[in-house]
Amino acid sequence: MRAKTLFEKVWDAHVVQAETADTPAVLYVDLHLVHEVTSPQAFDVLRERKLRVRRPDRTVATMDHSTPTNPGGARFAITDPQAAAQLRRLEENCSEFGIELHALGSEGQGIVHVIGPELGLTQPGRTIVCGDSHTSTHGAFGALAFGVGTSEVGHVLATQCVLQRRARTLEVRVDGQMRPGVTAKDLILAVIARIGVGGGTGHVLEYTGSAVRGLSMEQRMTVCNMSIEAGARAGMIAPDDTTFEYLAKTPRTPKGAEWDRALARWRALPTDPGAAYDRAVEIDGSSLEPMITYGTNPGMALPLGGRIPDPAAIPDAAARASLEKALRYMDLRPGQPLLGQEINVVFIGSCTNSRIEDLRGAASVLRGRKVAKGVRVLVVPGSRRVKHAAEAEGLDRVFSDAGAEWREPGCSMCIAMNGDQLEPGQYAVSTSNRNFEGRQGKGGRTFLASPLTAAAAAVAGRIADPRDLAR
Amino acid sequence: MEPIRRIVARTAVLPQRDVDTDQIIPARYLKTTQSKGLGQALFADWRYDKDGNPRPEFPLNQPEAQGAEVLVAGANFGCGSSREHAPWALRDFGFRAVVSSSIADIFGSNALKNGLLPVVLDPEAHQRLLASPGMQVTIDLETRTLTAAGLLASFPLDPFSRHCLMNGVDELGFLLSQAGAIDAWEEAACAR
Repeated sequence: MRAKTLFEKVWDAHVVQAETADTPAVLYVDLHLVHEVTSPQAFDVLRERKLRVRRPDRTVATMDHSTPTNPGGARFAITDPQAAAQLRRLEENCSEFGIELHALGSEGQGIVHVIGPELGLTQPGRTIVCGDSHTSTHGAFGALAFGVGTSEVGHVLATQCVLQRRARTLEVRVDGQMRPGVTAKDLILAVIARIGVGGGTGHVLEYTGSAVRGLSMEQRMTVCNMSIEAGARAGMIAPDDTTFEYLAKTPRTPKGAEWDRALARWRALPTDPGAAYDRAVEIDGSSLEPMITYGTNPGMALPLGGRIPDPAAIPDAAARASLEKALRYMDLRPGQPLLGQEINVVFIGSCTNSRIEDLRGAASVLRGRKVAKGVRVLVVPGSRRVKHAAEAEGLDRVFSDAGAEWREPGCSMCIAMNGDQLEPGQYAVSTSNRNFEGRQGKGGRTFLASPLTAAAAAVAGRIADPRDLAR
Repeated sequence: MEPIRRIVARTAVLPQRDVDTDQIIPARYLKTTQSKGLGQALFADWRYDKDGNPRPEFPLNQPEAQGAEVLVAGANFGCGSSREHAPWALRDFGFRAVVSSSIADIFGSNALKNGLLPVVLDPEAHQRLLASPGMQVTIDLETRTLTAAGLLASFPLDPFSRHCLMNGVDELGFLLSQAGAIDAWEEAACAR
């Protein structure tokens, strides 16, 4: 048999109708995750066309984007009438079409890309879609997972399938031992800086190499999560014992003899020796530094000790104009060091970095320290389960004692459509995934970094190297 | 959907590259449960100042951009989030095609489902259009070409997408017609 990549194996196993010159492939979707923002119009199409949800048993919904995260929000007072109507609509749609919903305040609620894995719904070899570009997160388990628009949400609700042309493959190989203080977030920011925000377009990335194998599941999710920030359709990591150990502890994975059968299938998924990728890049994991962004897309990133590049040194006119515009928006100057830049807000959360390990990392820096005067720090767990786990370890007290806000789960200030947002002109160090203009609030300015770097900035009140605090 | 065979229109030019969907329509407008009426929010943070007045320097606010139905933008247009609100807003504003040297995958896929034609041109033709705001162009789906004064460029368009656009049919109808094959696939998957 021909040697195949991980992507090809998962793809081939889900082709209902093969792709031809005239028609794309009909691809079966094992798991469809749904949230309040990108689904209402899709349910309307079902009603207009008198269609049912084909597989409610393969569909799981949660509320995350427009939900408030105010601390101690047992009553979840939703003050925004539009957001309240949108959440109510999801409730009505799930009830009408028989879909499992993890509603605001329920034990299973959280960011869609945090709850899928923790429930054990995200499994190797599965195809997973959601009306959200960060669906790439689930590729950390060796699933083929990608974001779709609302029309396709409707397609999947009605037929459990999507129409797709097969993507090309790009191997991102990272070998070597990453140094202390360097995290998965730094790795993926370095990858995006290397291949560019459009560098993965049309491709599914597969992350390989010893540095990737050494990552925990939480860290792998951080890496795959930001594949879309390189323009990639999806990111994947081959399942291994790290994956299986994580999955064995989740509620919805197969049990007993079923587990053994699943394990045998999963062990056959990794890319065969000799299988060819369409493209490949190599990165030396041992030379990576903590990274931080300085501009208005995730590809504008530098090692923490770096200086802002000079647009005058960029020959390409479009790239130069882009950097000039970014620096104007950020109010930063060429040649300026990033270390020492004053900040107003620190946001620790989002589908990129809101899992228990991320919170442990941030807490390790904040323990016994105080947030700098005048700096607002939001710590937002990715799900209610993460929140409980963190509280069981006493992390909530570490954050509160330091002067940070310990909030309720949700997307929060990553998307700023739920009340959590920057004021115009404010600078934030954020563990989220997008530093686009206005992403965290109109006029707000974002530096993307790891939970360690974000926590160090919280203590210093300026961009700081967490390794200096550790010493 | 209205069938589209040919678009004859003037261009508006937004030369910046890597325009993300948060700029096309900021997230605060995503609390709607509708897909209509989003044109007002298109490029909201670039189009209006803090008091809600149009910024005269923004390309879409300039006189020659009024009535333009083809948006020519810098490379990697539509990167970022999967929000279909982005093509909804562009369509509602009046655009029927977006032209660039590269277009982000999810945005391009969403655009096709809403009668917004993504046109990817070679860099040279793209540069010509970027340099000539307000130019009259003809985009022909049959021949997959864009023509303008002194310019003829072809662009790739998936045959299936082209069929759907030219005949005004949507992809959901095609998928629903596959029900037999989907049943069979599910049965076989159960047996595995």
